[in-house]
Amino acid sequence: MKKIEAIIKPFKLDDVKEALNNIGIKGMTVSEVKGYGRQKGHKEIYRGAEYVVDFIPKVKMEIVIEASLVDQVVETIRLAANTDKIGDGKIFVMPIEEVVRVRTGERGKEAI
Amino acid sequence: MINTGDTAFILAAAGLVLLMTPGLALFYGGMVRSKNVLGTILQSFIMISLISIEWVYIGYSMSFGPDVSGLTGDLSWFALNSVTSAPSADYATTIPQTVFMIYQCMFAIITPALITGAFAERVRFAPFLVFSVFWAILVYNPVCHWIWGSGGWLAARGVLDFAGGLVVHLTCGMAALAGVLVIGPRQNFGKTNFMPHNLPMTMIGTGLLWFGWFGFNGGSALAANGIAATAFVATHLGGMAGMAMWAAMEWLNSGKPTTLGAASGAIAGLATITPAAGFVSPNSAIIIGLVAGICCYLAVSFKNKAGFDDSLDVIGIHGLGGLLGTICLGIFASKAINPGGADGLLTGNVSFLTTQLFGIMIVGGYAFIISWILFKVIDVLMGLRLSKDHENLGLDQAEHSEAAYNN
Repeated sequence: MKKIEAIIKPFKLDDVKEALNNIGIKGMTVSEVKGYGRQKGHKEIYRGAEYVVDFIPKVKMEIVIEASLVDQVVETIRLAANTDKIGDGKIFVMPIEEVVRVRTGERGKEAI
Repeated sequence: MINTGDTAFILAAAGLVLLMTPGLALFYGGMVRSKNVLGTILQSFIMISLISIEWVYIGYSMSFGPDVSGLTGDLSWFALNSVTSAPSADYATTIPQTVFMIYQCMFAIITPALITGAFAERVRFAPFLVFSVFWAILVYNPVCHWIWGSGGWLAARGVLDFAGGLVVHLTCGMAALAGVLVIGPRQNFGKTNFMPHNLPMTMIGTGLLWFGWFGFNGGSALAANGIAATAFVATHLGGMAGMAMWAAMEWLNSGKPTTLGAASGAIAGLATITPAAGFVSPNSAIIIGLVAGICCYLAVSFKNKAGFDDSLDVIGIHGLGGLLGTICLGIFASKAINPGGADGLLTGNVSFLTTQLFGIMIVGGYAFIISWILFKVIDVLMGLRLSKDHENLGLDQAEHSEAAYNN
């Protein structure tokens, strides 16, 4: 099993969710996060004073899937989240040791 | 002889002026960080209680009571003794004196509330209350008597202030300057971001202030007459011109107009037209508003470069506005507009402008010195600043155990 962690632009969330739905991904966890990479921050001006805002709002989605689906899911997210502009985000893939469904106690693949 | 129209108008105007204090609370509240918004709002709101008590017992008598050598009223009207619904012989002779008293009370409330923007986000509540009540007694009441009280010495010299350019805006601006000097900047000033946390709140406050200002200036005619109309129109034109000019200055200098700039320009224009409102023509009012937009914008930009932590720009907007407006009155005043006023520089009268400058020096100097001493004394006796930990935690949690936004 693998976990996909994708940091994307907030307004792309619906597109990505729909694309994942279409390939049969049934669940995800989403959080609002802030960060910066090569995109850097932006400038705001209040009464003539300039402020540099380093952290830009992003959405982080976490999806746990069977290892065999990884390439398809990563490519689906990449295509749906892409705007060809700087700041589109990153996708991380990492191994998952165990999954437990709280209600039934099922473990592993069955619990995803 | 009581005039029902005048009475109704001043009662309504008093309500409008009261509304400016909650309006100011929102105007300031939106500009601070979210951890300080309740503390900032309360610093304005609580003035309604604190100063109303002070006003009823001694403030009204000190400001408008029987004159003592032109310097102050005596205390014979303590607790509104002999202030009844019969008209006063000296002030607003067509309305009950209680109406005049409560209308003036609203001015006394908002003036110390205006100062709070200078030391936003870093002052303890208890010493702040002590400062405010002593400031009302030692600065507001005497200056109010000098200019508006019967027998006041600056009024006798011919200094004019229609609705509070000197009494309200210059005094609070000078107190703000003293406060910034004594209290010092916020921690990490110049290093961290002190960005406004909710500008829509500030815009609502601006709207309420503008609305209330019609009572502030219009009502200062103390009758529902042509002078009230002159003041009402001038107020609106001053505010709109200030807003337009500040936005235009920003657009030219930094490439974009901003909402906070528009709000700041509106308040600068309104503050600047205040002393002149009932004495100048609509065209003069527009020029005064434009001048306010340029000068106050430049003053605030200068502050940013000079590193003064007048956090919400009380000096650059209210202090400078009151000062500019008082000078502009010396230039643009016209007896053709208000026979009870004066002729200014443009009608060939230089001496009135000199009188106005004299008024600025006296009121500005007095307000600064007394405020500075008050801040110093209270700081030594009680400690004005929050502790570093509490300043980091924010006023809301540290001083009031509340949070504005729970999620």
